[in-house]
Amino acid sequence: MSELRYTSDHEWIRVDGDVATVGISAFAQEQLGDVVFVELPDIGKKLAKGAEAATVESVKAASEVYAPVGGEVVEVNGALVDDPALVNGDPTGEGWFIKLRLSNPSELDGLMDEAGYKAFVAARG
Amino acid sequence: MSGRETVSGNRALMMEEPLIFEIGAPGRCGVDLPDPAARPDRLGGLRRKGTIGLPGLSEPQVVRHYTRLSQKNYAIDAGIYPLGSCTMKHNPRLNETMARLPGFAELHPMQPDSTVQGALALMDALVRWIETLTGMPAVALSPAAGAHGELCGTMTIRAALEARGDARKVVLVPDSAHGTNPATAAMCGYSVEPIPSNARGRVDLAALRTRLGPDVAAFMLTNPSTCGLFEDEILEQAAAVHEAGAFFYCDGANFNAIAGRVRPGDLGIDVMHLNLHKTFSTPHGGGGPGSGPIALAEPLAPFAPLPWLVHGPDGFRLAERAEGEAAQTIGRLKAFHGQFGVFVRALAYMMSHGGDGIRQASEDAVLAANYVRAALQDVMSLSYPGPCMHEMLFDEQFLKGSGVSTLDFAKAMIDEGIHPMTIYFPLVVHGAFLIEPTESESKPSLDRFIALMRALVERAKAGDAAWFHEAPRHAPRRRLDETAAARHPVLRWHPAAE
Amino acid sequence: MRYLGLNDADRRAMLAAIGVDTIDDLYRDVPAAATLAAPVDLPPHRGEMEVSRTLASLAARNLPASAAPCFLGAGAYRHYVPAAVDYLIQRGEFLTSYTPYQPEISQGTLQALFEFQTQVALITGMEIASASHYDGATACAEAVLMARRLTKRTGAVVSGGLHPHYRQVIATNLRFLDGAPAGPDPVPDAAEDIADRIDDNTACVVVQNPDVFGRLHDLAPLAAACHAAGALLVVAVTEPLSLGLVESPGAMGADIVAAEGQSLGNGLNFGGPYLGLFATREKFVRQMPGRIAGETRDVDGRRGWVLTLSAREQHIRREKATSNICTNSGLCALAFTIHLALLGEDGFRRLAAINHAAAVRLADWLSGIRGVTIVNDTFFNEFAVRLPRPAAPVVDALAARGILGGVPGSRLFPDHPELADVLLVAATETASEADVESFVTALAAELEP
Repeated sequence: MSELRYTSDHEWIRVDGDVATVGISAFAQEQLGDVVFVELPDIGKKLAKGAEAATVESVKAASEVYAPVGGEVVEVNGALVDDPALVNGDPTGEGWFIKLRLSNPSELDGLMDEAGYKAFVAARG
Repeated sequence: MSGRETVSGNRALMMEEPLIFEIGAPGRCGVDLPDPAARPDRLGGLRRKGTIGLPGLSEPQVVRHYTRLSQKNYAIDAGIYPLGSCTMKHNPRLNETMARLPGFAELHPMQPDSTVQGALALMDALVRWIETLTGMPAVALSPAAGAHGELCGTMTIRAALEARGDARKVVLVPDSAHGTNPATAAMCGYSVEPIPSNARGRVDLAALRTRLGPDVAAFMLTNPSTCGLFEDEILEQAAAVHEAGAFFYCDGANFNAIAGRVRPGDLGIDVMHLNLHKTFSTPHGGGGPGSGPIALAEPLAPFAPLPWLVHGPDGFRLAERAEGEAAQTIGRLKAFHGQFGVFVRALAYMMSHGGDGIRQASEDAVLAANYVRAALQDVMSLSYPGPCMHEMLFDEQFLKGSGVSTLDFAKAMIDEGIHPMTIYFPLVVHGAFLIEPTESESKPSLDRFIALMRALVERAKAGDAAWFHEAPRHAPRRRLDETAAARHPVLRWHPAAE
Repeated sequence: MRYLGLNDADRRAMLAAIGVDTIDDLYRDVPAAATLAAPVDLPPHRGEMEVSRTLASLAARNLPASAAPCFLGAGAYRHYVPAAVDYLIQRGEFLTSYTPYQPEISQGTLQALFEFQTQVALITGMEIASASHYDGATACAEAVLMARRLTKRTGAVVSGGLHPHYRQVIATNLRFLDGAPAGPDPVPDAAEDIADRIDDNTACVVVQNPDVFGRLHDLAPLAAACHAAGALLVVAVTEPLSLGLVESPGAMGADIVAAEGQSLGNGLNFGGPYLGLFATREKFVRQMPGRIAGETRDVDGRRGWVLTLSAREQHIRREKATSNICTNSGLCALAFTIHLALLGEDGFRRLAAINHAAAVRLADWLSGIRGVTIVNDTFFNEFAVRLPRPAAPVVDALAARGILGGVPGSRLFPDHPELADVLLVAATETASEADVESFVTALAAELEP
C-alpha cells in the first residue's frame, strides 16, 4: 500500500512492506502555521499506537505527533532539524517525521483513507 | 514610500537607535568612582581573567539611549490599553513616591525585626485589607506573581490532602482556562483534565458533577471567567467540589469586576490568588514585577508558605521556621518575604480608594465594559449574549468572508494609536477579541474607542483586506518576522563577526 | 475619586445606553446570597496628603540602611544606584507599559531586554540568558527543574554553601515531584567535598559562588566531575557585582547560572521586588524557562526584536510547559541594564574592586577585636566571622545602638546551633571609613566580657 492513511489527530502514514513513514497532514501544518522546530525521537525507541512520537512547534502553537500504529523507530528525518519549513512546504513528502517498523500491521485497519480524512476535516467546520 | 525617506532613516521623533554595544567605546564610563585602595586581595587566585565585553557610555549617552527606547513603547500613560484579563488601569504616581520613602525602600530584608516594625505593620495592614475584601481568614503575601501564587495555592491543596491521608491525582480546569492553570497543576505533580463550557460560556455544571470523584484534588476556576462572565452556578460548583472531597481554587486575575461587591470566601472558594499588578494598580513595568498573594480558607491556612507574619507581645515578627503553628507549612517559595515594594504601592492604592472607592472602581469597570459591548455588539460578533463583567469577548465570525483576520484587525488598531485588545485568548472561541477598558477611562475616551472600532469594522466588511494586511504602517516597526526569530534564534548581540 | 474616569452624569448616560436601570442589573449573574448588601468594612477613600501621612508614619518606624552603618548581605546588598536610573525607569512608557505582546509598539522594552540578555550572558560567561525571573532563588529552582528535564534524571545534589532560602525553595518546588534535593550541611570552616555525592541519577549539582559564607571556589574540577557523570553544574550567584572581579561561572564550566540581580539598579526594598538572572548554554535554549527576546527583521527589512521561542511557555504548552511563569521582572531588569550601561566595563570592574577592598579593610579591622575570628580564606565583599558568643543578641544590641551589624548564623541556619556564633558581614562601596569605625568600636564594646 503506498497510499496515505490518516488519524483523527491529523497524522498520515504510508506503508512500504513492514516499514511505515509518518508525518502530519497538510491541514495540520496549515493550522500550526510556520513550523519553527521539530523534536524527533531516538532511533530504536518503541512506540505503542497513540503514543507520543514527536513534537512540532510553530510560532504560536506546539503539538504532539502521535504514532498512528505501534512500532520501532528505525529512521528519523534529520533534514527537519535545519529546515523545519519542509513540514509546511511538503508535509506528505519531504516533510516526513519518522519511519517505524510496524509491530502490528492490523492496527492500520482503523485509519481513514484520503477521502475519509477529507470528509472528517470538512465536518469539523 | 516615495519622497518620505530621510537621510538618516530616523522619522522625526522616531529614532533608529543602535544597541548599547554599538554605541559604547572603551574608556567611557557613566559613573565616577575613586581608585580602589591598594590592598593585597583575598581572592585565592580566582581573579577574573580577560575582558567581559561590556560597552562604556557616558551618562548623557545612556539617558539619550533609554529615552529614545521609551519613545517606541505604547503605555497606559499614553492611551487606552484594553488588554483583556490584564486590567491595565491607571498607575497612580503617589504609589511610586510612597514606595521610594527611604523608610521602606532602604530596608534590608534580614535586619532584626525590631528595626522594621513599620514595614511589618504595613504588611499586616495589607493582609487585613485582603482578608476583608476576599472574606477569607488567612493571607500569604510571599508569592512573586499570579502564576507563582497559583503554584503556592495548589501546593497547599496537595499538602492538605496528603495530611488527611487522601492523596488524589487530578485537577480539573475549565477549557477556557489560562495556560498557567494547567502548567501549575503539572508542577505539583497533578494531571489535568478539562471541563467543557456550555453554550452560555460558563462551566458545564453537569459535566463537572459527572467528572468529580475520589481522584480529583481540586477544581481551578477563574471567576469572573476568561470570557468575561460571572459563573452564576458557582455556589453549586462549590457544593459539588466539596461534596467530592476536593478543594476549590479560584484564579483571581479578574477580581477587578467584583472587588468590594462580592467576597470569594462567600462563594465557597478555598484558596485564591490576587494579582496586585492587575486589580490593585501596581505598575506593569514592561512585564513585571508582579505580586501574587494568596487568600486561604481555614482548612488550608496551616499549610501557608513561609515566612508567616506573626503578631506577638513584642510587636510583629517573621516566623521563618516550620515549627509551632507553622509546622505544616509547605515551606518557602521565594527568598525573603515577598514583593514588599509592590505591597507599598498596593496599600497606597487601597487606602486612596477606600472600601467605597474599590467598590465604585469595580462597578465602573463593569459599566465601562458593558457600555463598549452594547455599542459594538451589533457590528461585531459577541461570543456569549447578555451582560458581561469587566471585559467582553468577541470572536472572528463578524470578519467571515472579509479576508481580514483577528490579527490583521489588531495591527490596524496600532496605526490608529490604540493598543490592541487581547487576541486569540481564550481558546474556546476562534480568533478571540477580549476587551477590558477598566474604570480609568473617561467617557470621551470610551466613545473614541467605540467610534474607532466601528470604523475599522466597517472598513473590514467593505472588503479592504489589503489595507489591513499592510498594517501597521506607522509604528516604530512594521510586522516582524516571528518565524525567522524562532527558526534561527538570535538571543544576544555578538561582537564583530555577526 | 481622582483615579476613576467617570462621573455620575457619565454613569447615568452609560446605563441608559446599555438599556439597564441600575448597575445592579449588570451584576445579575451574581447569586443574591453572595452579594454584599452593606459596603465592606474598610476605611473610606482618602486624599493624597492623608495617605502619604499614614504611610510616612509607618516608614518612620523603621531603621533604613541609609541611616545607619550597614553591613548586611546574605543575598541582598546595599549599593549606590546612580540617580539617572530611577528617572529613566519612571518614564511612563517604561513604567506603565506591559509585556511586549504587540512588538511593533514595544520596541523600547524588547530592545532593552535584548541588551539585558546580552549583558547577563557576558557577566556570567555563558552563551545565552533569559529576560529575567522573579528572583535568584526561584531562578535556581527553575534551573534544577530544567536540569531534570535535560538529563531525564531526578537527583539534585545541593551544596551546603548554597543560601538556605535558595535551598528551601528548591525543596519546596520538588516536594510533589519525585526526587528530593540532598547535600551536606553548611560548614563555614571546612572545605566541602561534594563531587563524591554524584551518582547516575544526579541531574545536577547546585553550588553558590561566592558561597553563602562568602567563600570563593574554583569550580572547574567540580564541573568536570559533573560532566563525567552526565550531570549538569548549576551555579548560583547572589552578588552579581562579584562577577566584576571573580572568575565567571561560565569560564569554570557551569551549565546553568541562576543569579540574583538586585545589587545593580535595584534597592533593598525589604526583600522585593528582586530580579532573577538565568543564563545557560545555547544548546539548552529550548528547555530554558521564562521569556526570551530575539532579533529579527520587519517587512521593511529593519532590525527589530520580538518575544520568541514562546512554544515553551505556559500560554501555548499549558501542562507541558517548561514552567508556569507568566511575568518576568521587567522594570527591575530595566533598572539593572541601565545601571550596568552606566558602569560599563571599567566601572563594573572598578566598583567590584572597591567592594573587595572595603571588605578586606573591614576584615583587617575586625580581626583586631579579641575573640573575633575571620573564618574565610577567600571572599569578595562578604565573609563570616565567629564571635565568642551567640551572634543574634549581639546583632540586636548593635541595632539598638543604630548599627546594622551583619546577619547572625541563627537567622539563616536556625536548625544548626553550631552556627549560632557565626556572623555574616558584608562591606560594599557604601560603607565609609566612619561606618567601619563605628561598627568595629561598637562590636568590640559589645563583646567586652
